[in-house]
Amino acid sequence: MADPDLAEVATRIRRRVLDMCAGRGQGYAGQGLALADVLAHLYFRVMRRRPDGSYLDRFVLSTGHSAIGLFATLGEAGLYQQEELHTYGQAGSRIEESPLEGTPGFEITAGSLGQGLSQAVGMALGERLRGSGARVYCLLSDGELQEGQVWEAAMSASHHRLGNLTALIDNNNMQADGVTAEIMSVEPVVERFTAFGFETQRIDGHDHDALRRALPSAALPSAALPPEPAQDRPPEPAQDRPRAIVLQTVPGRGVPEFERHHKVHYLRLEQSAWAEAIAALG
Amino acid sequence: MTAQETAALRPEVRDVTAAPLVSAPFATAMVEIGHERADVVVVSADLSKYTDVAPFARAFPDRFFQVGMAEQNMMGIAGGLAKTGFTPVAVTYAVFATRRAGEQVQMALATGSRTAVVAAFLPGLTTPFRATHQATDDLAIMRAVPGMTVIDPMDATELAGAIRAAVSAGGPVYLRAQRGDVPELIVPPADFEIGRCVLLRDGGDAGLIGTGLGSQWALEAAELLAGRGIQAAVLHVPTLKPLDAEAIAGFAARFPAVTTVENHSVIGALGSAVCEAVAGTGLPCRVIRRGVPDRWAPAGPLDYLRRSLGLDAGSLAETVTESTGGR
Repeated sequence: MADPDLAEVATRIRRRVLDMCAGRGQGYAGQGLALADVLAHLYFRVMRRRPDGSYLDRFVLSTGHSAIGLFATLGEAGLYQQEELHTYGQAGSRIEESPLEGTPGFEITAGSLGQGLSQAVGMALGERLRGSGARVYCLLSDGELQEGQVWEAAMSASHHRLGNLTALIDNNNMQADGVTAEIMSVEPVVERFTAFGFETQRIDGHDHDALRRALPSAALPSAALPPEPAQDRPPEPAQDRPRAIVLQTVPGRGVPEFERHHKVHYLRLEQSAWAEAIAALG
Repeated sequence: MTAQETAALRPEVRDVTAAPLVSAPFATAMVEIGHERADVVVVSADLSKYTDVAPFARAFPDRFFQVGMAEQNMMGIAGGLAKTGFTPVAVTYAVFATRRAGEQVQMALATGSRTAVVAAFLPGLTTPFRATHQATDDLAIMRAVPGMTVIDPMDATELAGAIRAAVSAGGPVYLRAQRGDVPELIVPPADFEIGRCVLLRDGGDAGLIGTGLGSQWALEAAELLAGRGIQAAVLHVPTLKPLDAEAIAGFAARFPAVTTVENHSVIGALGSAVCEAVAGTGLPCRVIRRGVPDRWAPAGPLDYLRRSLGLDAGSLAETVTESTGGR
């Protein structure tokens, strides 16, 4: 089966993100727009579904504030209706800005940053013990790497030889107080994860070809993947080493105005500005 | 006997001064549970030998996960294991579980509905070190966590029963545990029921309420008082949450004053819970709280610490005697 046009899927996810923010005029739009591409690949190509439609592979969102991107992706996958997603952040809505475990599609409670990779390690150990063959993908942000627990988790992932675990680092160079590189640099992030025993690579988080190469579908043997230039091919991951993919992302990606002027942790805008942003997506 | 009093269990209890010691009851129970339940796994942060889980690790190496000296990561891993269908028992010292990894216990283990057990060793004053190792605040912290079951067993029988109950609790459990040789006061077999109080000893002159080791200390005081002609009843509250407030209020209704005894700060655990249970009932019952005062305790062996803090049998008996009007 041919993959859906993932660039188009990502655009639809972005449209949902902006519509969600428009409901209350505010939200974590920058993160949602930045993650649309990788989430499109994970949920519409990489993660395997059982015959009943449920996902065999697991996605752990460690960066709770980026829930907007996951909600929008789950909406695109049919788990949420857009009318409900439009209530994002409103009193009484289950479409919370940072939801708890148990909200459909959310595996863990993640709003307190730095805790997701540990739970992903636990899931990877559990799935291996069960012999399910499931893979675990965990999305973290660069600012989150400042939390020490992330490195405890990284150490344990390689120690326990978790070849079924992939850490995805949203390297957007943005955190609450400003630019990550100025607040507390997390670089050289590739070398750091490599030193902790991960097969690590850095890619453009908006390059669909790069995402396709870095995140091969588990359902397809590598021979079935499209041919690639040899120099771009990532090293074959060892079976017993966890992987880390550093995604260079741009907050607000897809809306030129946001990319230029709104690289901020949280966005509040007039209604007209949200409408203009949606129009700018094309 | 009132309806409330019948709510308390009445197991056979040995003389507190002549209780036999049982070697590593937690270890024995965990190996038994491991044979019965393939879903039960243990996560340890470098203290396996000191938290009585080494026998489980040897018996079930596939279901034992060593994470090194990293308690926050351990609680997260336990949460991940719970979400893949396993029942994790995370073992460490009580101070590390509730202070260093307190947030991870709450977020990874307690915001969902899956069963996960934190087995917390070195409860209260049972360590020669001071503030770094004395867990005198753990019960208060865990009691405030929504949905958390909090258990402080009194002896070997209860500890073995409590870990069995915990792995079937249907939610998160914080279980204080003792290692090595543990006195066996309650004659086995005795079922442990989460949420049930235990009437260890009856008497009409004074009331003591204990939890954990504090219940042993209350029994010692009751024995001394009996020698002086004061018959004291001892109600044991192993489950601090959910609290059997009815049984506690029913017990308090029998006395003008009750004395609470706990291996913990007087703030936030048993003493506070009894005050909460009694307040609002209209009972004319004073609550005298005995435990670690609001300061860092000194270092030393347990009997020295108890004397220093007024928790030895003689001091407790004195307190109870005063509460009865000096009879």
